[in-house]
Amino acid sequence: MFKGKINQRKVAPFLFLAPGVLLFLTYVVFPVFQSMNISLYDWDGLGEKTFIGFANYVELWDDEAFWTSFKNNIIWLVLYMLAVPMGLFVALFLNQTVFGIRLVKSLFFFPFVISQVVVGLVFGWFYDPSFGLLSLILESVGLDPIPVLSDERYVTYGIIVAGLWPQTAYCMILFLTGLNAVDPEQIEAGRLDNAKGWKMLWYVVLPQLKPATFIAVVVTVIGALRSFDLVAIMTQGGPWGSSRVLAYYMYEKAFSEYGFRMGYGAAIAVVLFLIMMIYITGFLTKMYRDERGL
Amino acid sequence: MFPAPIERQSKPAQWLYKVALPISLILWLLPLIAVAVTSVRSGGDITSGNYWGWPTSFNLLENYTAVFQDTPLAKYIWNSFRVTIPTVIGAVALSTMTGFALAVYKFKGNLFIFFLFIAGNFVPFQILMVPVRDLTVGIGLYNTSAGLAVFHIAFQTGFCTLFMRNFIRALPHELIEVARVEGVTEIQIFWYVVLPLMKPAMAALSVLVFTFIWNDYFWATVLTQGSDVQPITAALKSLNGQWISRWHLVSAGAIVAALPPVAMFFLMQKHFIAGLTLGAVK
Repeated sequence: MFKGKINQRKVAPFLFLAPGVLLFLTYVVFPVFQSMNISLYDWDGLGEKTFIGFANYVELWDDEAFWTSFKNNIIWLVLYMLAVPMGLFVALFLNQTVFGIRLVKSLFFFPFVISQVVVGLVFGWFYDPSFGLLSLILESVGLDPIPVLSDERYVTYGIIVAGLWPQTAYCMILFLTGLNAVDPEQIEAGRLDNAKGWKMLWYVVLPQLKPATFIAVVVTVIGALRSFDLVAIMTQGGPWGSSRVLAYYMYEKAFSEYGFRMGYGAAIAVVLFLIMMIYITGFLTKMYRDERGL
Repeated sequence: MFPAPIERQSKPAQWLYKVALPISLILWLLPLIAVAVTSVRSGGDITSGNYWGWPTSFNLLENYTAVFQDTPLAKYIWNSFRVTIPTVIGAVALSTMTGFALAVYKFKGNLFIFFLFIAGNFVPFQILMVPVRDLTVGIGLYNTSAGLAVFHIAFQTGFCTLFMRNFIRALPHELIEVARVEGVTEIQIFWYVVLPLMKPAMAALSVLVFTFIWNDYFWATVLTQGSDVQPITAALKSLNGQWISRWHLVSAGAIVAALPPVAMFFLMQKHFIAGLTLGAVK
């Protein structure tokens, strides 16, 4: 009887884990390795696979479109980070207790709740050179309209601005939650020491917002590397592929009318995965330390 | 509280804040206001390029009736529900079990499995795309709601497990110890002791997963095609006319498509934010 209970405790976790783990292995873990494998083949998705070793990666090295996408991913990573300080700024602005502030906070969060497809569509209109709000504004001050989304120089920045809108809302909600938990005694102590404004923010508040900042950075990095929806909706990678990011270029290579090059697409995905792996490893190391520290 | 409460500031500063607040809100939501206004514009406004000025006429009823009558919008919305609801149920159900196992039991590989779920959750979608599409085609679920939902359940289980495990960990462990002394089986502990306490976590995850899946665009384009199965996000652009712009109808469609997650957010705001800001406070 006693032994039966002990055995039950040994078996129970595996029974509880089995369905979730099996599904996760099938759809998430194994496919990562399958993609790595496919990236070593020449394959159109239907016919025979031909093993070609690292030829796909060699081809990537000389592929100008790949480097354009890679460069754009870096731009995304860097500029998307603006969402973190902007979110903090909005959170500080809204962290008051005036009448109706709860509703205002909710409404500020709206951009994150709606689909990126909608975000992409509206910003597309905003930038439109013939009827967009941007060109109306420029014309009203006597400037020529700038066709942001059809100009190679501006297109990626234009899309990033659209992406910053919901991402700032996300960071804002993280910081609002963080500000809520800031220790009021420390603030008062800081006030007695004559700390004000920026000084207070830097030396007293920000250290306490560390967990919120960490999460904000993590979700923003993931968001930047996942940027696909906005590119697909707003420009489809154009003009002439100048706004592609790795995620979009991969999709184009593997599935679109430009041909079904599964192996080559997989190789692009592996590169994207490796970039992400840097962050995943960092995140897990921190989590591991936190777990051990408990 | 930081910044200092505005009530402590001078009268003009308070005034300034109260004026700045609604102005900044309108500017912030301008893109959404533009969609809402466009959704009641006439087709003539669209053709003449009047996107930002005052609408020449307000066609609220006409446009919203037209978008349901002339386009398969209702079908697309229905398709979205057919993917989203099963995903919410599936991912929450699976992750209560995995979260319970990882939080309550000590066994070799516990932390490894936990970290596997977390890592998988961060993976870029594109590295899964080709194998998942092949698998879905292979088991005959390509272009079905079930095929899309099964993938979403699997992927969301990663994030949900992280959430559930940490939530259960924060519960008092004595509850479980006491139950064990009483001779209760492990399954009964899960069902009668832990599950009732997990309602807030389940509520938080339900709204979050609902919003994520409802707004998914990438997987909808990879695993489905055509109006029979495609969810609204993937189909929104196709509401536009092939030869003439019908952006007023697309806007109306966008507003309708945004309603379920927005309603979800407003109804369950507390849970939604609790889920989203997990870990933002120590």
